[in-house]
Amino acid sequence: MNSSGTSEYKNNTTRMIIRRFRKHKLAVVSLYFLGIMTLLAILAPIIAPYNPNQVSTSFSAPPSADHLLGTDQIGRDMFSRLLYATRISLFVGFAATVISTFIGVILGLIAGYFGGLADIIIMRITDTIMSFPYILLVLVAAAIFGPGLWNIILILGFVDWPGAARLVRGSVLSLRETNFVKGNVVAGMPNRYILFSEILPNTVGPVMVYATSVFAISILDEAALSFLGMGVQPPTASLGNILNGAESITILTSKFWLWVPAGVLIILLVVSINFVGDALRDAIDPSAKE
Amino acid sequence: MVKYIIKRILIAIPVLIGITILDYAIMSLAGSPLEMMLGPKTTEAALEAKAIQLGLDKPFYVQYFVWLKNVLQGNFGYSLKSYQPVSQIIGSHLGPTLLLMGTSMLVGLAVAIPIGIYSAIHRYTKRDYTLVTMSFFGTSIPSFFLALIFIYIFTVKLGWLPSSGMRTAGGDGGLLDLIRHMVMPVLVLAISIAGSNIRYVRSAVLEILQKDYVRTAKSKGIGRFRTINKHALRNALIPIVTVIGMQIPTLFGGAVIVEQVFSWPGLGLITMNAIMGRDYPVIMGVALLTAVVVLLANLITDIIYALVDPTIQY
Repeated sequence: MNSSGTSEYKNNTTRMIIRRFRKHKLAVVSLYFLGIMTLLAILAPIIAPYNPNQVSTSFSAPPSADHLLGTDQIGRDMFSRLLYATRISLFVGFAATVISTFIGVILGLIAGYFGGLADIIIMRITDTIMSFPYILLVLVAAAIFGPGLWNIILILGFVDWPGAARLVRGSVLSLRETNFVKGNVVAGMPNRYILFSEILPNTVGPVMVYATSVFAISILDEAALSFLGMGVQPPTASLGNILNGAESITILTSKFWLWVPAGVLIILLVVSINFVGDALRDAIDPSAKE
Repeated sequence: MVKYIIKRILIAIPVLIGITILDYAIMSLAGSPLEMMLGPKTTEAALEAKAIQLGLDKPFYVQYFVWLKNVLQGNFGYSLKSYQPVSQIIGSHLGPTLLLMGTSMLVGLAVAIPIGIYSAIHRYTKRDYTLVTMSFFGTSIPSFFLALIFIYIFTVKLGWLPSSGMRTAGGDGGLLDLIRHMVMPVLVLAISIAGSNIRYVRSAVLEILQKDYVRTAKSKGIGRFRTINKHALRNALIPIVTVIGMQIPTLFGGAVIVEQVFSWPGLGLITMNAIMGRDYPVIMGVALLTAVVVLLANLITDIIYALVDPTIQY
């Protein structure tokens, strides 16, 4: 097959995936929603009507024309804080996903392709980490290294790679038995070429689907950690630490604008990511019917 | 078969050793137990004497083996805060957590299994899509936010349910009182369990429904009810059982947060308090215990899987 034929084939595959993805109306809506939220998060410094950390004299004011979502106990504008919080939460989730997926893919490739001792060691480490309750490891690491934005990203990234490693190892094991990889081995292609140019591109689909679920879980975990006071630290706003205030009974009962919007935003972000991941899984599934 | 089980146990041993090494390494990373025990106001000489007494002057690996020996004898060390043995602290809080996790698991599965089956049988219909969408919401709601909403509705607005603890102080401590305290934490955990399991059950049943033997059963004309009950469900249960075994760590993680919000006096609550107070022997004792339980649960489900499923090759 010549090179133009290959690219045409790839184009067709991409088009087919897009066509299948579009059948999931909810996922398409979710994708638009995530796009808009990402845009808002990136443009937060321009859009936000107030500085998110600027205190004012209107304490705990309910929503009004001046402050769309009211103000908090020390008079900060909640709408601006939510914008910045979304920015932080999406960033934490995204960065943690990139780190854990990267580590998982590399280790999974090594374990699956080389097998033997490397495989045994990597898989036993994977089993070991997966035996501990995830949130416990993250909490302990946060207690040791101290909470904070970058620590949380690194901790989430370094604890959550075993799933990706297992997934990639599994698909490498089956790809290794395919003729096109065997052909490369026979042709004496270097391992590096086979791994990164032949095997890796074929694992992209499942890895992407898995990464969406890690993204969703990372956002939930950041929120839980910050809610417990072990995550992103105030005054930096994150969706989790805004909710931290709702543990006080006066806020819970009479100041709904201080906690409901942040919670609803987490749910919408996480559920949209999950819908997109689910539709993506269906779209790239080669066994699915047209 | 015996060969497979032995092989599976042999794989579990390095993982078990890995768990103890990781646990010990994290505890060592957390800082010197001496300074934690004696506090900042001590002399060099006192530190040294204590170090020799505790064997901390020995190399790292020797200390690890001493620690391992103690753990094997059931001695997990002492809390830095209350000076109680860690094993005793864990023992006295294990019951409430097991009660909470067990009940939530039962409720969650009691919801997830019928819904998952229903969804699979009515696949690609409006009802199926609605149920699957709902299950996504079940897994996407942060448990602490759901807990806050429940407290707002059932405690603050309606005043029906107590929002914290396991028993009313000074109450009669009857079963009804316990149940009233359990409703909200169990619901929060059960919703997330149901959310993730509906889709597992659905896809397990879907896969079975496409098998040849189900088609054969259908073609015999024994009716849909018997086809599904006698042929499909029994086989679908196998993958479901293994998935449940894998969910124990997540369940315990959820319990940590839910116990914190509802002040449920279980392992999760003492772990969270230990984390806040940097009480590492307690944290790592709990971590070690849960990791070993998870390992054993996975081992047992794997073995049961092998015993039940005749198609597995050894």
